[in-house]
Amino acid sequence: MSHTFTLDGKTIPFEDGQTIIQAASKAGVFIPHLCYHPEFKPHGSCKLCTVKVNGRQTASCTMRASAGMVVENNTEELNAERRALTQMLFVEGNHFCPSCETSGNCQLQATAYHLGMMSPHYDHFFPSRPVDASHPEVLLDFNRCILCSLCVRASRDVDGKNVFALSGRGIKTHLIVNARSGNLADTNFTLKDKAAQVCPVGVILVKRNGFAVPIGERRYDNVPIGDSLETATEGR
Amino acid sequence: MALSEMHAEAVAGIVDRVATRYKRDPVNMLQILREVQEACDWLPPEAIDRLQTVLGVPRTKIEGVAGFYSFLYTEPRGKYRILFSDNIIDRMAGSQPLIERLCENLWIEPGKTSEDGLVSVDVTSCTGMCDQGPALLVNNRAITRLTATRIDEIAELVRNKTPLSEWPADFFKVEDHVRMADIMLGSTMQPGDGLRAARERTPSDGYMASNMRSWREGLPSGISGPSAMLDEIKRANLRGRGGAGFATGLKWEACRNAQMKPGQQRFVVCNADEGEPGTFKDRVLLTAHADLVFEGMTVAAYTIGARRGFLYLRGEYHYLLEPLNAILERRRKENMLGNDILGIPGADFEIEIHLGAGAYVCGEESALIESLEGKRGTPRNRPPFPVTNGYLDQPTIVNNVETFAAAALIALNGGDWYAAIGTKHSAGTKILSVSGDCERPGVYEYPFGVSIRQVLEDCGAKDTQAVQVSGPSGICVGVDEFDRTIGFEDIPTAGAFMMFDQTRDMFEVARNFVHFFQHESCGFCTPCRVGTSLLKNLMDKLHNGHGSPYDFAEIEKLNQLLQAMSHCGLGHTACNPVLDTIAKFRPAYDQRMEHDEFKPAFDLDRALSEARQMTRRDDPGAHITGHNVALGEEA
Amino acid sequence: MNAPVKKKLKVATTSLAGCFGCHMSFLDIDERLFTLLEHIEFDRSPLTDIKEVHPECDIGIIEGGLCNAENVHVLRDFRKNCKILIAIGACAINGGLPAQRNHLPLSAILEEVYHTSPGLSNGLIPNDPELPLPLNQVHPLHEVVKIDYFIPGCPPSGDAIWKVLTDLLAGREPELGHGLMHYD
Repeated sequence: MSHTFTLDGKTIPFEDGQTIIQAASKAGVFIPHLCYHPEFKPHGSCKLCTVKVNGRQTASCTMRASAGMVVENNTEELNAERRALTQMLFVEGNHFCPSCETSGNCQLQATAYHLGMMSPHYDHFFPSRPVDASHPEVLLDFNRCILCSLCVRASRDVDGKNVFALSGRGIKTHLIVNARSGNLADTNFTLKDKAAQVCPVGVILVKRNGFAVPIGERRYDNVPIGDSLETATEGR
Repeated sequence: MALSEMHAEAVAGIVDRVATRYKRDPVNMLQILREVQEACDWLPPEAIDRLQTVLGVPRTKIEGVAGFYSFLYTEPRGKYRILFSDNIIDRMAGSQPLIERLCENLWIEPGKTSEDGLVSVDVTSCTGMCDQGPALLVNNRAITRLTATRIDEIAELVRNKTPLSEWPADFFKVEDHVRMADIMLGSTMQPGDGLRAARERTPSDGYMASNMRSWREGLPSGISGPSAMLDEIKRANLRGRGGAGFATGLKWEACRNAQMKPGQQRFVVCNADEGEPGTFKDRVLLTAHADLVFEGMTVAAYTIGARRGFLYLRGEYHYLLEPLNAILERRRKENMLGNDILGIPGADFEIEIHLGAGAYVCGEESALIESLEGKRGTPRNRPPFPVTNGYLDQPTIVNNVETFAAAALIALNGGDWYAAIGTKHSAGTKILSVSGDCERPGVYEYPFGVSIRQVLEDCGAKDTQAVQVSGPSGICVGVDEFDRTIGFEDIPTAGAFMMFDQTRDMFEVARNFVHFFQHESCGFCTPCRVGTSLLKNLMDKLHNGHGSPYDFAEIEKLNQLLQAMSHCGLGHTACNPVLDTIAKFRPAYDQRMEHDEFKPAFDLDRALSEARQMTRRDDPGAHITGHNVALGEEA
Repeated sequence: MNAPVKKKLKVATTSLAGCFGCHMSFLDIDERLFTLLEHIEFDRSPLTDIKEVHPECDIGIIEGGLCNAENVHVLRDFRKNCKILIAIGACAINGGLPAQRNHLPLSAILEEVYHTSPGLSNGLIPNDPELPLPLNQVHPLHEVVKIDYFIPGCPPSGDAIWKVLTDLLAGREPELGHGLMHYD
């Protein structure tokens, strides 16, 4: 059965069981997000997709749509809060875009552009996060990890491998790989894994592929995130 | 055989023994890891190797869980692992000089393991001993009433490698300090009384068991057996004692009515993860009135139709595990647990105790369930709620220790009796954990509606400047509010009641609480993970004398963000202590607002210290002061 | 008498721990510089070689992060004398390339450069009082003084710089749309 709710005043149809972000995407309305990916079980951790439902804030990727809901999305208040979350992610890790192979294809960066983030605002944490270059085909640069857990879900739910997981707690939460050595080379990870395709930032990088497309001509250099919904949700 | 192989084999043996006892079921992962660590002192890689095999789970899953809990170590932390309780109340009782003394005594740095691998000394969140602090945990065993003498004795015992079992028993003595008893702490109810009374509510043609759905569904509600018991709980107007005050009757009813798939069952979970700093009343209930708690759980099981129950006991109360298990064993013998309880055919119920491992967030019910399932204690996305999708995705009620104890009393005495105690919207009594600046810290049970002033008088508090009610996530009450009352109408509380006299610096109180939230944030959602760290840094910035009005505005903005965007209550309330104290104890902050203009959070001159050391320079140009020395002018 | 000439805004620029790439990009606003010069005059800047910031400077534009004591002095001097302070480029905004050293202890870096690696210092760490001492970590500008506006990019394009300056001159809140806003 089909019902509707309103999103910034626009009527959005939805089907039973759909979340707000699913219904919005289908109707062509962009809600900023980082840990959400249409192919995976919603996680609800980045909180970028927070909307106001009947005046109360909630993550639109985990909240099921229901008939008659009044949802606010593209408001100055919400975008300011989303911008602050983006700034938090930038200072939490080491995000040096000019030296990042994902620059221009990065969902975090594109979302920050979308939200008009002119500076990271907060003091940087400058954490020490060694890279893992052990794997012959893939480099892991943990400096850019935003803990969205998309690779965790892809490896577990699609690849059936559990190559990745989050460990630690709080600000010390970090990505680990499935090997006693802690090295990706000692896992059964391959380039063909779904987990190799889903990183929204520049952690999981294919080696010897650097700068094949020059900076300035990449995905979000051409089309801003949110302008094309496939762009917004597909990952790289 | 090489030494390393012998070691690996020994570790594997330990793992096998523990895992077998837990049926090699990964759902028991946390319990397995905890016990393996008890045997090995830490979780060596060999143990994780073996667990992978015997549990059939990926290493990532094991390490993910091990990395989440403060009391699990994937690096060696010594044969003696000493953790000082770091609540503000312990600090006020002088914990910090004692930490220094112990570290000096043992020649170690706080947070680091001694070179010989013998001992580590660190701090942990409140261990629930505020009425007899300063307190510490050594290998998860609580030592209270620390003094300089006792610290020296501990150092000696550690140096001599005396086994913990041979340490003086007096060290480990935990007092109940029941100062004011009412219906609960003064209860003389005998084990089984409540259950028998609940059973009597079944009509004489009974033989009806709580878990026989066909039976229960066939009866109109409110006339007999479990539904009669549910009616009593509702009539009692019992509300959850964990702080939020959700109506217990509604929760039980929702669980009772939840649809179940074939093979599913209902669960009763007792939340004894008493992690809110300054709270220790559950510890006393579980020490002095454990039967009341287990009876309440059994009544709940009878009411909702559950066959299994868990008591999730915080790791800090490890010492209660044995006595509690002994009580469970006695109850089994007396047919108050097990099959056909008290002769009611089909009334089957079992209780297992699961221990936490140092994670405050597991007090949140969905995080607690995750932890019970052997996972990282991350709060779930809700809805769905535990009453329909709880433990192993099955209908589950999670209630506080005190709530279950109250349910047992209601089973015996009826809902009307209970509802007549307390106030209109807050029926019954509330146990307060009273600590801080007063003559008689301990537990105090009052009918709801008691004023702050009354409590202060009863416990002998003098010159009180503030009371933090319900812990860091609660509210800070100032002198002009002492006529406010405890109850859902005014100040709801999970039980903590920490007092601060005029000599205390309320800024430092708030800073301690902010550090607590930062340490306990689970890290799942961005706003809480990063925001609590930013908040901690801002409070430290003020503490270090770099504060300006800019930083106040930042705190205000962070608060809004955390309240609006966080995943669970931890993030929602993390700014409370700061906001409350800014509003009520502004001078404590103004004192820290040393600058009109924005200043860096770090000391610029100290930021040159390494370079000075390396170059052996100390000329004026090798320093940055408030003045621009190098340019010979004022900044 | 001539009609009163509208007072030109004084603009100062400098590069701290930066590469002057942002200054190069500034020059990329090309012939629009002439238009700009109808509204502004340069004060202390590599473009003028004036050494001191005028005490009543209107706008200070700073490239590069804070790597050493001298950077801190210059930044504070700018903050003291400029009404508006703009951080330009990745290094000023997040430390940029120089901040890649932040996960290493400074002592280890100095050891490596002057003691371990072959060089001209004869194994001595230079300690001439004329030399500014390096900070333990590289910091973005906003961590040390209040910064009013930011122009991100490595470097920002001439167009982005033009947009922010013209927005400011027109009294608008600076905004960079798609294409002008980039961090790389």
